[in-house]
Amino acid sequence: MLRPRAIVVGGGISGLMASLRIAELGGHVTLLSTLSLHRSGSVTLQEGINAAMDTKKEGDSPERHFQETIRGGDFLAHQPPVKRMCEAAPGLIHMLDRIGVPFHRTEEGWVDFRRLDGSLYHRAAFAGTTTGQHTHHALAGQIRHHESKGGVTLYEGWEFLSAVLDDQLMCRGVVAMNRASMEIRAFKADAVIFCTGGLGMIYGGSTPAILSTGSAAGVLYQQGVYYANGEFIQIHPSTFTGPDKSFLISEAVVSEGGRYYVLRDKEAWYFLEEWYPPYGNLVPRDIATRAILKVVENFHLGIEGEKEVCLDVSHRDPDSLYSRLGGIVETYRKFAGQDPCRGPMRVRPNVHYSMGGLWVDSCRQMTNIPGLFAAGECDYQYHGANCLGGNALLSSLYGGRVAGESAFCYIKGLEKGTDSVDEGYFTREIKKQTEDNQKILQKQGSVNPHRLHQQLGTLMRENVMTIRHNKVLAETDEKLQEMMEQWENNLTMTDVTHWANDELIFARHLRSMLHLARVITLGAFRRNESRGAHYKPECPDRDDNYWLKMTKAKYTEKGPEFSYEEVDTSLMRPCVRDYTTSGVLV
Amino acid sequence: MKEVYFKIKRCLQRGRDSYWEEFVIPYRSEMTVVTALREIQKNPVNARGQKTTPVVWECSCLEEVCGACSMIINGRARQACSAFVARLEQPILLEPLSKFPLVRDLKVDRLEMSQNLRRVKSWIPVDGTHDVGPGPHQSVRHQQRVYQLSRCTHCGCCLEACPQVNPHNDFVGAYVISQVRWLNRLPSGALNAEDRVDALMASGGLSECSQAQNCVKVCPKGLPLAESIIEMQKSATLRLFKRSLGIS
Repeated sequence: MLRPRAIVVGGGISGLMASLRIAELGGHVTLLSTLSLHRSGSVTLQEGINAAMDTKKEGDSPERHFQETIRGGDFLAHQPPVKRMCEAAPGLIHMLDRIGVPFHRTEEGWVDFRRLDGSLYHRAAFAGTTTGQHTHHALAGQIRHHESKGGVTLYEGWEFLSAVLDDQLMCRGVVAMNRASMEIRAFKADAVIFCTGGLGMIYGGSTPAILSTGSAAGVLYQQGVYYANGEFIQIHPSTFTGPDKSFLISEAVVSEGGRYYVLRDKEAWYFLEEWYPPYGNLVPRDIATRAILKVVENFHLGIEGEKEVCLDVSHRDPDSLYSRLGGIVETYRKFAGQDPCRGPMRVRPNVHYSMGGLWVDSCRQMTNIPGLFAAGECDYQYHGANCLGGNALLSSLYGGRVAGESAFCYIKGLEKGTDSVDEGYFTREIKKQTEDNQKILQKQGSVNPHRLHQQLGTLMRENVMTIRHNKVLAETDEKLQEMMEQWENNLTMTDVTHWANDELIFARHLRSMLHLARVITLGAFRRNESRGAHYKPECPDRDDNYWLKMTKAKYTEKGPEFSYEEVDTSLMRPCVRDYTTSGVLV
Repeated sequence: MKEVYFKIKRCLQRGRDSYWEEFVIPYRSEMTVVTALREIQKNPVNARGQKTTPVVWECSCLEEVCGACSMIINGRARQACSAFVARLEQPILLEPLSKFPLVRDLKVDRLEMSQNLRRVKSWIPVDGTHDVGPGPHQSVRHQQRVYQLSRCTHCGCCLEACPQVNPHNDFVGAYVISQVRWLNRLPSGALNAEDRVDALMASGGLSECSQAQNCVKVCPKGLPLAESIIEMQKSATLRLFKRSLGIS
């Protein structure tokens, strides 16, 4: 057989890891990235990468890491893959250390670890508060090395349009478009791995990068890939609103001594420390977010009447803050105009991460379409109902590695390679996408796609955030359907040129966002319980008898069709998720 | 301030004539150049009230770590996401970076930046990504130094500001030299330091720098670029010296 050929879509941490693994095994990778690699959204990841190495002799272990992750995710993740991820984590840190990630050090010169949310252990290796940037740069270096050896061919500036499926519904490649010349072409491969990141832009100005629209996942969903657990959207407790986006203030701040408080009778009230003594300011994000909402909405104690609380780290030594939190200090100074070393930061909860994503199987990261794999934030595998700090980066690295290895094995086992597949599948898909573009460019209605997106963001932020009500969710879905109708029949394209037309690309993204917004909203509507990031006052408790299952949405012309999958809880029995005591983990 | 005036240098396609178009954007407190460009996307109408196409530019993270939104703002290469309008003189002039092939409007093609990194072997050769145990020990002080160097966002501002980056030579630019210094300082990268220094001693490398030091002034991350160039020049001299004595 010829050299196994795979395509990886997405040049973030997960995509680089998948590509690296395939190239290393002897395969060839065509790596498609919509912008040049360094512009990936992965570079904004801050706080660290979890790996239970117990270098501080606290009794940590991969088993503890696994237990805290499962509990942090409110028992909604299949347990075996999470367990394997936690076991693989120390090895991944070693690898990053060797390829040049400048992790912070202890005095003896070992990699240092910090404690993050939902954990009682110092488990996250970190490079200041720009861990994602450094990890990405080091991996990009490895990709360049493989590129120079012929194992990787990099296509930067190519926008994924659709997957090419044959009549057996096997994935045989992708169709993509050059963002400058708008040339549309097919890329053939025996397996395709999608590492296309999250969907924060569905909520407008949230913490992720501007390209985190979930566009590729939305396209694949419309092509028949199941979308799982869409309703689980992480609202991060501490962000600040800047001019063009919301900026993350990660738990790194808390791990360096940061404390949340509001003023009650003119005195600082450290509400998280009072309510959750063992974890204090490091309770999982969903819990911290709801606690903040309680304080600002029920007790009306937000700063100056705003829905904001203080996060204060100014009592710590500025030099140490600068060395360990440099990125955050700099960002807050620059974009909020205040110095976190001199006074408290003002923070509020906002959308940060999607636990849900493309459905993949537990062992191989393969979706329900053979030959089509997914990893990183765009899959649903590792976080259940809530993601712990330091696990997102870990799951991107680990998921990418698994996807790369299993895609390679899958190709080896194929009876019929893509080269023997009828050329017609590719030409037909190119034609279909070309016609789709022409159709969009002819739209001359009255709604500007960016304005429609603004409406979408506002709708989702107001109605499908932390606290969810069935009546509101039902109304939201109706509005989303109206917006889809607007997109179809009343969109206007102000740019109809055929060169670097970003508006056309954005209109396509918007269509995907609308489809996924419905999946999120209806998934939330149907799930009549509260679990992790999904909270309904109408049914405030977790219901394991009925809802200990994954949501799976399948695309139909009439809208998403839902089915449910039992959660594999073979390794740890679901128990009460209580952070008010340190609890004894089973 | 109620409104903000922009003059934007536009060009619909590489090879076509460029022209200036003016825009008046309602002022919002704390707005940046990106805020204004996004307003234009929502309502592409110029200062004369004529409908126009939205301005094309590149952006991603909007928090100055991805390096995407570099452009020339009032004559200076910088990131648009951190260019606060209130601190800029009006009309605010926006132009694309001039040292790269233009794509459209404010968007340029910076792919050659990755190629330059390949020229100097900007990676650490490892036996594989599998676990072979921890990397070498590093002191806290050493980590702090390499951390600083590893913060380059590949934004291209140092190339734009450098007089030696021009059609008459193939200078790799300050960011590449800084990248080599970073890798060579890492204990695992030091093993192949000489390969990278050799690459920097080839044409388009260290010898092209004319010490204008413009790169340091424009680097959004404040990287010690001039210092990096001097240090790498020292490494190159040492390398030449050793070679002349036949010890490497």
